[in-house]
Amino acid sequence: MPQTLFDKIWNAHHVADTAAEAALIAIDRVFLHERTGAAALGRMAEMGRTVRDPARVFAVMDHIVDTRLGRGDGTLVKGGQAFITETRAACEAAGITLFDVNDRDQGIVHVISPELGVVLPGCTLVAPDSHTCTQGAFGALAWGIGSSEAEHAMATGTLRLARPGSMRVTFDKVLAAGVTAKDMALHLIAAHGAGGGAGHAVEFAGNGVLALDMEARMALCNMATEFGAMAGFVAPDATAFAYLSGRRYAPEDFDAPYWQTLHSDEGARFDAEIRIDASDIRPMVSWGTSPEQAIPIDGVVPEGPAKVHDYIALPPGARIAGTPVDVAFIGSCTNARISDLRRAAALLEGRSIAPSIRTAMVVPGSMAVKRQAEAEGLDRIFTQAGFEWRMSGCSLCFYAGGEGFAPGSRTISSTNRNFEGRQGPGIRTHIASPETVAASALAGCIADPRKYAR
Amino acid sequence: MNAPFPQPLTSIAAPLIVDNVDTDTIIPSREIRSTGREGLADGLFAPWRYSDADLRTENPDFVLNRSEHRGASILLGGANFGCGSSREHAVWALREWGIRCVIAESFAPIFHGNCIRNGIVPIALGRADVESLANARVMVDLKAREVNALDMVLPFTLDTEAHLMLTHGLDAIDLTMTQAEAIEGWLATDRIARPWIYLVAAISPRGAGL
Repeated sequence: MPQTLFDKIWNAHHVADTAAEAALIAIDRVFLHERTGAAALGRMAEMGRTVRDPARVFAVMDHIVDTRLGRGDGTLVKGGQAFITETRAACEAAGITLFDVNDRDQGIVHVISPELGVVLPGCTLVAPDSHTCTQGAFGALAWGIGSSEAEHAMATGTLRLARPGSMRVTFDKVLAAGVTAKDMALHLIAAHGAGGGAGHAVEFAGNGVLALDMEARMALCNMATEFGAMAGFVAPDATAFAYLSGRRYAPEDFDAPYWQTLHSDEGARFDAEIRIDASDIRPMVSWGTSPEQAIPIDGVVPEGPAKVHDYIALPPGARIAGTPVDVAFIGSCTNARISDLRRAAALLEGRSIAPSIRTAMVVPGSMAVKRQAEAEGLDRIFTQAGFEWRMSGCSLCFYAGGEGFAPGSRTISSTNRNFEGRQGPGIRTHIASPETVAASALAGCIADPRKYAR
Repeated sequence: MNAPFPQPLTSIAAPLIVDNVDTDTIIPSREIRSTGREGLADGLFAPWRYSDADLRTENPDFVLNRSEHRGASILLGGANFGCGSSREHAVWALREWGIRCVIAESFAPIFHGNCIRNGIVPIALGRADVESLANARVMVDLKAREVNALDMVLPFTLDTEAHLMLTHGLDAIDLTMTQAEAIEGWLATDRIARPWIYLVAAISPRGAGL
């Protein structure tokens, strides 16, 4: 019987059924971070449990580390230091590979995992972070879990799971110029809801997806969690294998016949299917406080819940383009990879951000991205345009109580969540592609990046 | 080992029937001040519960601040409840505050799993049913998988595994370790089938510094 890629990965990792209609699924990789790593490892120690195979567990300091030059264990986040020092001590005690605050390989977990070849096609990878689905771009089944589940995965090498449904989202045709994977994700979520993928593992397929490079596929899969899905993934092809070949923890090559089996078979049945014409997608921007509240850049704010209009201070019928912004932020596990920075820099080169912008910041997704950008001179383009250039980390994708934007700020942000208060109390967040952030920084208001293309 | 779930659980149902309530709202990152699981109830729903979160000035309009809801152990929600960050702190904060059951139109998957691991029953019901429970005295009969209120009996579904874990307060790791032999067997086979998964042990971490 023809199988989906999800079926293949699930079945290959099926260890046993449990007594109660769930399955024990083997977990190949666990990635921790300092926000929950200490909690999970600390509790395991308390319960007298050990990490079963520490070689397959990795950790990184990314969530609350400072992004200022000269950073150390101290954080602007009050009490943040304990998360860093306790996670470090717990990783050391457990024998877990840690990418520490000032390691040259430090970066956001879902940026460095592929850079280092930790994620591999066909593997299962979990992390106590909802955006773990990003790594599905490589044809892995990767998903976010809570701390208790992380303990379970580390202690037993498995998770107890009810089998999710399988969904295929097919993007036919290819994107128009100036439109990105971020816009695909926002388009999908706006059309089908923030719970549209609930109960499903989602395969992204079609020419519109295969035409994307790996970094764009990561941006698309990143927001599977904003779609409510358990996971999002793309069948690995030559593009994926070329990206991973020879990376530190990856095989030298992907020539073995196994790698060619990682795709959905012709005629495989999915529990749900969505088809989208990728050539119809325009640059998207969120107008409200859920990622499903997103519209094309030339659209008008629709009628939504009164509470949302009050918070975001935009009435129904308002044009989204032209809305003044105070802050421009480029960063996060969605859109802070080298290709994101290149595209934003291409718009910014030789130009300056509007004087009304109070804060403009670029936080590279990893220290490797930062080094590469500096080698290409992108850092100078950003700083000459008026952006700050930072060290890598999750930074102001969310507000942890340290650095923040000025009260009442409206931000245009290359991040993944526009929740009320996500970037700080009262902060109004509009999420969009890095080029839309760059164009808006130049204009001082939400702007169509295609008007700034060269 | 968690304590078995109260049989039955009876409480007034506090209505927070809003769609897409996210875990940043349930507990903002800035309210996570310790590396453990405790001390989180004070930050529960901080953006909505306090008109000034720094001074802890209560917003009298927020549902959990109303006198009749202060002891509530059942919370009502809208669609996609608990979306966003995977932080289990959201569930720890709810539990510490006293919530043992969330009845909502639907749940985000990670939040749903976190509830089950922490003795909170996530119950999905139709929107109209959830709304009909607002402020009512509600009895949750986990064993029978029924919500009883007023003169209504609302059956709910919960997968067998979750039902078993919650009813008996089972520890998932202990339970899985009863199948340790199956795990060993699977690993022995997989090490041959997919050796690359296990090669990481031979690659030394660098940790070189900048």
